[in-house]
Amino acid sequence: MLKILKHLGQYFIMMKKVISKPEKFKVFWKQLLLEIEKVGINSIGIVLFISFFVGGVVSIQTAINMSSPILPKYLVGLASRDSLILEFSPTMISLILAGKVGSSIASELGSMRVSEQLDALDIMGVNSASFLILPKIIATVFFFPFLVIISMGIGMIGAWIGGLSVDVTTADFLSGLKYEFTPFYVTYSLIKTVVFAFIIASVSSYFGYFTKGGSIAVGKSSTKAVVSSSILILFFNFILTNLLLA
Amino acid sequence: MIEIKNIEKYFGDNHVLKDMTHKFEQGKTNLIIGESGSGKTTLLKILVGLYNNDNGSVLFDGIDVDKMKRKEKKALRQEVGMLFQGGALYDYMTVEENIMFPLTMFTEKTEDEKLERVNFCLKRVNLDGKNYLMPSELSGGMKKRVAIARAIVMQPKYLFCDEPNSGLDPKTSILIDNLIQEITIEYNITTIVNTHDMNSVMEIGEHIAYINKGEISWTGSKEDLIKSDNKDLNDFVFASELFKRIKNV
Repeated sequence: MLKILKHLGQYFIMMKKVISKPEKFKVFWKQLLLEIEKVGINSIGIVLFISFFVGGVVSIQTAINMSSPILPKYLVGLASRDSLILEFSPTMISLILAGKVGSSIASELGSMRVSEQLDALDIMGVNSASFLILPKIIATVFFFPFLVIISMGIGMIGAWIGGLSVDVTTADFLSGLKYEFTPFYVTYSLIKTVVFAFIIASVSSYFGYFTKGGSIAVGKSSTKAVVSSSILILFFNFILTNLLLA
Repeated sequence: MIEIKNIEKYFGDNHVLKDMTHKFEQGKTNLIIGESGSGKTTLLKILVGLYNNDNGSVLFDGIDVDKMKRKEKKALRQEVGMLFQGGALYDYMTVEENIMFPLTMFTEKTEDEKLERVNFCLKRVNLDGKNYLMPSELSGGMKKRVAIARAIVMQPKYLFCDEPNSGLDPKTSILIDNLIQEITIEYNITTIVNTHDMNSVMEIGEHIAYINKGEISWTGSKEDLIKSDNKDLNDFVFASELFKRIKNV
């Protein structure tokens, strides 16, 4: 318990340092663009790939499990749409990105810590936490919602193609997609994504920033970052679902 | 000049620095020597502001750092250059970007002015023309020289070097030592070098402070060191057969 409190205290002290006015906006802007490329643009490929195939599998499994002839075929589109928007795109993609982006952030900051690059910044008078972590947080918080929107779209294309392979016609699938659509579900999904993005960037930065030791410690920080981010994502998923949908 | 007065530092129950008082002179290469774990890195980290001291005071040109306002501390940081053991160059930046970084962050110089200063510093460390290399493409000695160039780019008043020769061959070590000494004299700066390399001590040891078990137990020059009868110092400095023979001659 004491250890958790210590981590929490250190995390908030770090966040206080992170949220401060950048020394120079020109340099900050350059860092932000670099981070958008690293955490956002470089993740598009994996998001497209996973979303397409998971979308396809969701629709095939739904179709196979609807053995009763009374159930209309458009339910395949409906079920795929809701599972993608409500859970798969925001939560599962965030968990995958916690692995990809989170470990990359933690290992980058961890190696900078053990090779004294962070100390070099601090000695120069640069707020290393703000200089390195703030652009990462802003890049993830602003870019992840786009990734999730892309994931929803590609997932539905995958679901449509998957549906075609189990005799769900395009007309049935589209009618299911449009059936009793609740726009708030997309808002709910994006709210979750922003929270998850913040968790991934800040928690991973925390573990990387406070790495102590050598290269093995960098690996440990990276693992801790992914595990902690994933646990927090699942916890906040429960809380946010209760608050926004229940 | 940098002065420390009654500096003490604890890590839990471990009393790492015990009532240290010393003056590091301007325009001189001040060496801190001592065994691993004696407290020399802790002292250096207190001097550069990475650690806080539990007791005592650090004075830069007579001004107590603890009594400085935030703005004054920030201004002081820009007068400090630091050479790290591994160089601590930013991996994702080229040599030029590494050296230019402090200028970009803290000055309003134009790109041409910054480039001129970077090229001057690169030339000073005999690396002219290496602007576009990445740190991963440099040898250990070249990394140290780029780090020196970065440390002097803002024309610091104080230069701190932590084990500048670690991992370098004897010839490159002497090159780095001489470069540090030349820069110290040329810019009349206060340089503090943390080392346990005896070749460095014999090469540039004008003002040496020997730290033993958290205390400064001896001070003097390399000439004084050879004549010293301090047992701990002799055991540390003349540990090898070669140095024992030199001492006896």
